[in-house]
Amino acid sequence: MKHSYITAALLIGVIVALVVGTELLGIRLYDRIVTNLLISLVLVIGLQTFMGNSGLLSFAHIGFMGFGAYTSAVLTIPAQMKGMALPDLYGFMTGVEVSPLLAMLVAGIVAAIVAAIVSYPLMRLSDAAAVITSFALLVVLYTVMNNWSAFTNGPRTLFGLPKVTTMPMAAVVAALVVVVALVFKESRTGKLLRASREDEVAAAALGADIPKLRWKAFVLAAFIAGVGGALWGHFITSFAPKSFYLKETFLVITMLVIGGANTVTGAVAGAILVTFAYEGLRGLEGTLNATAAGAGQVVGLTEIVLAIAMIAFMVLRPGGLFPTREIGHILARMRRKKETSA
Amino acid sequence: MAFTIQFIIDVLSLGGAYALMALGLVIIYGILRLVNFAYGELIMVAGYTMYLSSGSGLPWIVMAALAVAMAVVFGIFTDYAAFRPVRAKSVTAVLITSFAFSNLLQNAALLFISPRPRNVPLPPIFSQTVEIAGAITPVRNLITIAASIVLLAAVAYLMRKTTLGIAMRAAATNFTMARMLGVPANLIISSAFALSGFLAGVVGILWIGRIGTVVPGVGLEPLLVAFIATVIGGMRSLPGAVVGGFLLALIDTTLNYTLPQDLLKFRDAFTFTLVILILLWRPAGLIKGPASGQRT
Repeated sequence: MKHSYITAALLIGVIVALVVGTELLGIRLYDRIVTNLLISLVLVIGLQTFMGNSGLLSFAHIGFMGFGAYTSAVLTIPAQMKGMALPDLYGFMTGVEVSPLLAMLVAGIVAAIVAAIVSYPLMRLSDAAAVITSFALLVVLYTVMNNWSAFTNGPRTLFGLPKVTTMPMAAVVAALVVVVALVFKESRTGKLLRASREDEVAAAALGADIPKLRWKAFVLAAFIAGVGGALWGHFITSFAPKSFYLKETFLVITMLVIGGANTVTGAVAGAILVTFAYEGLRGLEGTLNATAAGAGQVVGLTEIVLAIAMIAFMVLRPGGLFPTREIGHILARMRRKKETSA
Repeated sequence: MAFTIQFIIDVLSLGGAYALMALGLVIIYGILRLVNFAYGELIMVAGYTMYLSSGSGLPWIVMAALAVAMAVVFGIFTDYAAFRPVRAKSVTAVLITSFAFSNLLQNAALLFISPRPRNVPLPPIFSQTVEIAGAITPVRNLITIAASIVLLAAVAYLMRKTTLGIAMRAAATNFTMARMLGVPANLIISSAFALSGFLAGVVGILWIGRIGTVVPGVGLEPLLVAFIATVIGGMRSLPGAVVGGFLLALIDTTLNYTLPQDLLKFRDAFTFTLVILILLWRPAGLIKGPASGQRT
């Protein structure tokens, strides 16, 4: 338990260091990248609370992020802009305008409620069937966002969200999420869930109600994803449903897997590492496109490199950078080893 | 009467394609207990092979054969790139590598060919229609029905009567036991991938024959169809995959005819709800496969 405090302190320390360092540099581009990184961090840790503890891969996460983003959008777009941004919105909703912070909370709750309803039957499945249905769920959530014009303006870009997400704000949310994920991991539900991850039969024999445990983790993950989506929406201020689909899913899963899905430390490390790699590769793509040979034709290079990195990681280090122990635990062990050897 | 015939032909042609897609996925799942996320990309490979060979002046049937052959090659390649290195590790590892491999192939198509749709050469018969007892049907639907009957029969024969098929089924029931009796593991797995690629190639031609163009994301819908059909039918059973495919086609076609226009956009959501209901009733799918053996 004690090393969880160390882990929390260290991870929050990393977040603070990132923000302070960027503030000191004062370059706007870095500001953007770090804010993006912090939002990714929220999403990746959200996924970790489900995937790390239950051991099941979930593809639907980004769908809940989308629901969160759209919920917050509908609640916060100024009333005089609603006619233009959301022409088909139901009449009674047009006057609604709440503060963005409240909207973010509601976004999380809406995502959690949707997740609670749809995932209840799905959590009874295990292994491949669970993964497949989560993939199908992502497609369904996307279909709904793409077609429910009243709330989402259909496949067209939705604009007009107030820009409220700043770097410090994203950092505060990310720090809170780190704490929530660590608390959940050490809670009774988290421990039982991890027992079921290691051995389903043994855990069930000890009386663990596995579908219910998974369901709780899934709802929590969806809540975090919803908040993360709202945070992202108020950062980017205009988006379309295609932002919440396979490309984003791939990125979030890459981050989590490279860092190590079983630990919160891994989620943080993966998000940081992959964001920097991603931005570097995007820059390279841009440079190539500017040359005569590239001529604006270079697309998908970043994803190809990331995909190869992901396969290489799975082959060489299937647990990711931090496969089993949190950073606090590792440090505590190192200290103890030094003491015993001295 | 004409409506009934129209409906039956729609269900059978869609169901035949769905059943073949699901079968290609289950053949691998049955043996390895692993899902191949890169399955849809085999269909994309078939489509792009057709596009790339369209300028060569070869007869259409040769191009089609070439496309199927490329799908087989990439099927085996999937095994080597995404499955073999991590097969013995966790299930999640393989799901992730195959997902990454699927992304890799899609983005390679994006980078080296084009993000825009490309036309695929099709013989004129694909766009003709015939009238059967008052129902006007595109010929390609009849071709799909014929192709799926022939292929389903061929796969059934392969699985029941040939040494390779019997070995594959034995491996699917109890892989360790099959190996001890002298079934070469890697050969069986590679043949399963080749067969899966073959089915994907044929389905690819039929599927792209409906659309007429190929884009990097063309494999997503067939993949999803195969996923849902296998979950309905039972992940472990080959007949289950076929039943699941036809059932899914029945659900889809019925919704197509009965849903009002503004709800039709949400068809996938309705289909999925039905799938959830089926799973609530039978979590293991409609047809149970052989008793579960150990994963290799």
